[in-house]
Amino acid sequence: MIEVLIPILAGTLAAATPLIYAGLGELVAERSGVINLGVEGMMLIGAVAGFAAAVETGGGAGVGFLAGAAAGTLAALCFAVITLSLAANQSAAGLALTIFGIGLSAFIGQHYVSHSLPGLKPVALPLLSSIPLIGPVFFKQDMGVYLSFVFFGIVWWVLAKTKLGLMLRAVGESPESAHALGFPVFAIRYGAVLFGGAMAGIAGAYLSTVYTPLWVQNMSAGRGWIAVALVVFATWKPGRLLLGAWLFGGVTILQFHAQALGVRLPSQLLSALPYIATIVVLVLISRDRKLLQLNLPASLGKSFVPGR
Amino acid sequence: MSRFKCLAAGLALALGISSAAQAADPLKAGFVYIGPTGDHGWTYSHDVGRKEVDAKFGDKVKTQGIENVPETADAERVIRDLATKGNKLIFATSFGYMNQMEKVSKAFPKTIFMHATGYKTGKNLGTYDVRTYEGAYMLGVVAGKMTKNGKLGVVGSFPIPEVIRNINAYTIGARSVNPKVSTRVVWVNTWFDPGKEREAALTLIAQGADVLMQNTDSPAIVQAAKEKGVYAFGWDSDMSKFGDKAHLAASVLHWGIIYNETVEKVLAGTWKPTPIWYGVKQGAVNIEAFGPAVPADVKKLAEERRDGIKAGTLHPFTGPLKDQAGKEFLAAGKSMPDSDLAKMNFYVEGVEGTVPK
Repeated sequence: MIEVLIPILAGTLAAATPLIYAGLGELVAERSGVINLGVEGMMLIGAVAGFAAAVETGGGAGVGFLAGAAAGTLAALCFAVITLSLAANQSAAGLALTIFGIGLSAFIGQHYVSHSLPGLKPVALPLLSSIPLIGPVFFKQDMGVYLSFVFFGIVWWVLAKTKLGLMLRAVGESPESAHALGFPVFAIRYGAVLFGGAMAGIAGAYLSTVYTPLWVQNMSAGRGWIAVALVVFATWKPGRLLLGAWLFGGVTILQFHAQALGVRLPSQLLSALPYIATIVVLVLISRDRKLLQLNLPASLGKSFVPGR
Repeated sequence: MSRFKCLAAGLALALGISSAAQAADPLKAGFVYIGPTGDHGWTYSHDVGRKEVDAKFGDKVKTQGIENVPETADAERVIRDLATKGNKLIFATSFGYMNQMEKVSKAFPKTIFMHATGYKTGKNLGTYDVRTYEGAYMLGVVAGKMTKNGKLGVVGSFPIPEVIRNINAYTIGARSVNPKVSTRVVWVNTWFDPGKEREAALTLIAQGADVLMQNTDSPAIVQAAKEKGVYAFGWDSDMSKFGDKAHLAASVLHWGIIYNETVEKVLAGTWKPTPIWYGVKQGAVNIEAFGPAVPADVKKLAEERRDGIKAGTLHPFTGPLKDQAGKEFLAAGKSMPDSDLAKMNFYVEGVEGTVPK
C-alpha cells in the first residue's frame, strides 16, 4: 500500500509547487486589494526568462529562479504602473498582461525550443527523510519544493504576525482609511503586486528549469489561472492555499495512478475539478455575507485615488 | 520567424519599397495549428512541412500559420478569417476542427480546405493524414526488444480512433518480437501540457513500465524517462536532444510531402477532394534518430520491418489478431482494411485496462 501511496503523494507535492509559488504571490497582491489576472502571463515570462538565463549562463535552476523572479517583477511593474499610478481597470489590465505574456514569451523563446536543461536532483534531508511515509513524501524533494515551503512560512508569518502584514491587510480592506492613518498605500500596493510578479516568475522558472526542464511555448498550460482560482478557493488564507494546491495538484496525480491501475474514473470531470471546487467555494462564501466580509479584501479590484 | 517576416513586410510597405508586381499573385495558403510551433512535436512537424512548401515554391506561394487555435468556436472564426483574407488553400491540422472546416468550406466554395485526421469531405473539403500507426508499430518492435520486464507504457491524449490505433499498433509491434509484453495506458485529456505529460509518465514508471511511448505533443515524457533511467521515443519529431541515452528512436512525420503535393495540384488546377492517407510507402512517416542504447541488430530488425511496410509485404494489422477478451477479430493472413482502421475503438490483446467511454 505504501509503495503505491508514496509516488502519488510525492508527485502531488511536486505538482503543487508552481501553484504554491504563484498562488502565494497572488494572495499577497489580493490582500492589498489588487487583483492581478496576469498570473499566467507573468508565469510564462518567468519561465522563458529563467530558462534562457539558465541556458546562457550554464548556472542551472538557481540562476533560473533569480531571472524568473526578476522578469516576473518587471512584468508586474508594468501592471502596477497602469493600474495603481494610472488607476486603470485591474481586470482588463490583468487579462492584457496574460495575453502579452503568452506572446512575448513565445517570441523570446523561439531560439530556446530545442534546448534541454539537466533539472534538479531530489535532495534527501538527513534524518527527516528516513521517517516512514512522511520522509519520502516531504523530505526527498528538489530544492524548488523546499523553497516553496520557506516562502509559505514567510508569507504566513508576515501576514499574520507583523506590522507590515497588518498594514497590507488594512490597505486591502480600506485604502482610504489606511491613507488617512498615514500608511503608504501606494508603496504597499506596489510592493504587493511586485512580490506577486516575482512569485509568478519563480513559479514559471520552476516549470521550465526543474519540473519539465525545457522551454515550449505556453508551457504553463493554464496553471496561472488555477493559481488565481486557488486564492479564492483558499478564501485569501495562506494555510488553506497550501492545502488547496495539494488538493488541486493531487487530483491529477491520483487519477493518473487510478487509470494505470485500471480503476475507472471520469478523468475529464476530474480535470475540471479545481474550477468546480472554486465555484462551489465562491457560492458558499457569497451566501454568507459575514463570511464573505470576514475574508474578502473589501477593496479588491478597486482603484485608489487619494482625495477622490 | 513569421513575425519577423510580417514586420519586414510592413516596414517595406511603409517605406514604399514595394517590389515590382508579380506576374501572377501568389497562392495564399493558411495553416491552422492546435498548439505552438515550438512544441517540438505535432505542430512543429506541421510547421516544418509548411516551410518545405515555402522552400519549394518560393514566390508562387505565400504561407501563413496561426498557432494555438482551440478546437472550439474560435477555430471557426480563425478559419473564416483566413478565407476572408484571400487564402485560397487552408490546412487545419487537428481532428477537432472538423465541423468548423465543414461549415466554413460551404461558405467559401472557391477556397480549398484540407483537414488533417478528419473524415468529412466535400466538394472543396479534402482530408489528409499520416499513417502514424506504422510509426507506432516500428517503435513497438524496438520497445519489445528493449524492455526488461515486458511492461510498456503509453501516455495518450484523447481516446479517439487515431490514438487507440497507435496504442494497438505499438503493442502489436512489441508482441511480434516479445509475446509476453503488455501495455498500460494513461490518458491526460490534452494534446499539450508538458507538466501533465510528465506526471503521467512518472505514474507509468512508478507502476513498473520501462519503455514509454506517447501520443501527446511535447518532449516532457522523454525527459521524464531520462530522469528515471527508463526508455522512451520521440513522437512526431526527433527528440533525442531531450533524452540522450533514454531516447531509443523517433517516429518522425514528414507532412511536407503531402503539403507540397497538394500545393502543386492546386496550382495546376487538378486538385480533387480525395482522402490522403500516406505512410511509410510515400515517405510521410519513418523511424529515425536511433539512440546509442539500441543494439545494431534491433535497429536492423526495425529497419527491415520498415522496408517490409514500404514494399507492401507487411501490414501492422495482420491477423491472427485478438481483442482483449481473446476473441479473434482478424483471421490469419488478413490485413485490416482502412475503413476498419479508421474507426478502431477497442484495445487489442496485450493492452491493459479499458477504453474510456
